[in-house]
Amino acid sequence: MDKSKLVRRSEWEWEIPRAGRMEVPGLLFASESLIDEVDDKVREQLSNVASLPGIVEAAFAMPDAHWGYGFPIGGVAAFDPNQGGVISAGGVGFDISCGVRTLLTPLRRDEVEKIRDSLADALFYHIPAGMGSTSRLSLDTRAMTAMLKGGARWAVSQGYGGAGDLECIENGGGCGDAEPDEVSKQARRRQTEEMGTLGSGNHYLEVQAVTEIFDPVIAAAYGLVLDGVVVSIHCGSRGLGHQVATEFSRRMILEAPQYGIQVTDRELASVPAHSPPGKAYYGAMRAAANCALANRQILSHFVREVFKSVIGDNELPLLYDVSHNLCSPEDHEVGDVKKRLYVHRKGATRALEPGHPDLPARYRPVGQPVLVGGTMGTTSYILAGTEESGRRAFNSACHGAGRSQSRSQALKQYRGEDVVENLRRRNITVKTRSFRGVAEEAPAAYKDVSEVVRATAGAGLARLVARLEPMICVKG
Amino acid sequence: MTPKWEHFEHQADIGIRGTGRTMAEAFEQAAVAMTAVITRPDRILPRVAIRVQCEAPDRELLLADWLNAILREMSALRMLFSRFEVTVSGNKLEAVLHGELLEPARHEPTVEVKGATYFKLSVAQDEAGNWIAQCVVDV
Repeated sequence: MDKSKLVRRSEWEWEIPRAGRMEVPGLLFASESLIDEVDDKVREQLSNVASLPGIVEAAFAMPDAHWGYGFPIGGVAAFDPNQGGVISAGGVGFDISCGVRTLLTPLRRDEVEKIRDSLADALFYHIPAGMGSTSRLSLDTRAMTAMLKGGARWAVSQGYGGAGDLECIENGGGCGDAEPDEVSKQARRRQTEEMGTLGSGNHYLEVQAVTEIFDPVIAAAYGLVLDGVVVSIHCGSRGLGHQVATEFSRRMILEAPQYGIQVTDRELASVPAHSPPGKAYYGAMRAAANCALANRQILSHFVREVFKSVIGDNELPLLYDVSHNLCSPEDHEVGDVKKRLYVHRKGATRALEPGHPDLPARYRPVGQPVLVGGTMGTTSYILAGTEESGRRAFNSACHGAGRSQSRSQALKQYRGEDVVENLRRRNITVKTRSFRGVAEEAPAAYKDVSEVVRATAGAGLARLVARLEPMICVKG
Repeated sequence: MTPKWEHFEHQADIGIRGTGRTMAEAFEQAAVAMTAVITRPDRILPRVAIRVQCEAPDRELLLADWLNAILREMSALRMLFSRFEVTVSGNKLEAVLHGELLEPARHEPTVEVKGATYFKLSVAQDEAGNWIAQCVVDV
C-alpha cells in the first residue's frame, strides 16, 4: 500500500484521513511490513465503508486485511441506528457466521503420533468435507425452523453434544433474536442435506499440537498445556447462509434509494438498520448464524464419535466458538455516551476484555478466547481479549492469515500433490478429495500469520496466549 | 468470433468472464466459467435438463441473478451443469441447464462457489460488438 496516503498514528496504527464523502477516517492496524504487503484496494474499500451513513468512529481494518468485494476482508464497521446507521448484507458476506471452534482433547502430542494414521483416516471418513458431501442428517420443515431459532441449543437438544458446550459459544449457543420466518424457502431448500458438513475452500478440520505457551495463566484458564492436542473446526452456515446473503444483497440494492441512500458500489448496498428491509435482513442473518452454530456443534459431535472409536474417549470439552462474519448489536461507549451499535465484522473476530458481562464465568477473569486460524501448513494462534480491546475497534481482532496470492496465482505456482508431500515431510498429514483445492490453498499463498498476530498483540487488540501447529488436516 | 470464457484475478476470490456474439451467449459462457472454478466442465455429462427463469431491472443484475440461480440449483439438487441454453428478452431470462448429479470421486470438485458478487460486475459490448459478461464470484 502507498504509505504516502496514510498518516502513521503509532507503530501499529495507520490512518486514512477523512476526504471526499468519508464520514469518518479509516484506520488500519498493522506492522510496517504488513502495510507494505497489503494492496491499495484495501485503502479504497475502507474509504468507501467510511462513507456509509451513520458509521461511528472509524472504518477499521485488522492486520490480516485483504481486498474483498465492497468491504475489505478483515474489516470492522459500527453503525448507530439512531443516527441513520445502516445494516449491510455485504458487510457480513456470503458465509454468514463463518467461524472457528476449538475442542480440547485428553491427548498429548506423542500419543497422537502413535495413532496419527488411524485418527486421520477415521476423521476423513466420518467428517463430511468438500463440495457435495452430505451427513446422515436431513431436516424437515419443522426441524429446520427449530434449528434456525435455536442454533447450537437446538443441536444439543437433538443429542449433539452437551449443555456444557453452550456456555462456551458466543451468545450462549444461539442468537435469540433470529427470525426463521425471514429465511426463504430457497435458502431452506439448500440446507436440507447440508447440516453437519464442513464445506470447501479454506474450511478445514485440524488436529493441532500446542507448541508454545505465551501466557501461562490465561492458557491454564483455557485448558491449554504445552504439547497438548486440540481439534479446531473452521466452517460456516453452508448453502442456507449463502442464499440469505444473495437474496438480501439484491433486496438492499433495490430498496436503498427509498431511504435516500445512493448505491455507488452495489456490494456496499445498505439500508437503515431500523427500516423494514433492515430488520428483515437482521432476523434472517441471525437465523443463518444459528445455522452455522448448529453446524459446528454437529461437526463437534462427529469428531467426538471418531475419538470414541479411536481412543475410547469422547470427552472433548469445547474451549470456545467464535464467528468472524457477523453483524451484532453491541453496547459501546461513543465519546462518553453508551450506545447500541450494529457492529459488522467481515473476517474479524470479537475480542471481549476481562470482566465483560457477555463472557462465560470461567473466562471472565482472563478475557475472551480469540481463535485465529492459520493455513494447513502453518501455525494457528489462540489469543485473548485484553483491557485495551474494549477501546480499540469495538472489541475486534484478526481472524486468520489472510491471502497474499490469488487462487489462480497459487494454482500456477504449486501442485497439490507436491504440497501434500512437502507437508508430510514436515509431519503434517493432509487428507483431501481435491489436489487442485490443496494447490489453491497452499500455505505459501497466505500471509505470515505470525506477523499478523504480532501486529494484533502490538496494537493491543488481543494478547498472545498459545501457538498451535497442525498435525492432521482434513481439508474442506 | 467463437464464444469463450476465462477467469480473471482477484486476491481472495476469482473473476469469471464470458464473451459471445449476443448477450445470451456471453451469459452462457460466464456460466461455463463459473463451473470451471469448481471442476473441469468436460467432466460433467449433460444427462438432466433443469429450467430456470430470472427477471431483473437491469442487465448487470440479470447476470448476477442468472449465476446465483445456477448456484442455487447446484446446491439444492446436488448437481453440476456444463451446458447452458440462454434466451434473453428484455429484462427476462429463460434458460435450460444441462448436467448431472455431483459425484465427488469422478468430478473432483475443487471448491464450492458461495455466490456471484456485484464486484467487477458488468455486461457490455466491446468495439467489435461482442458481448462481455463478468463478475467476481465468492469461493
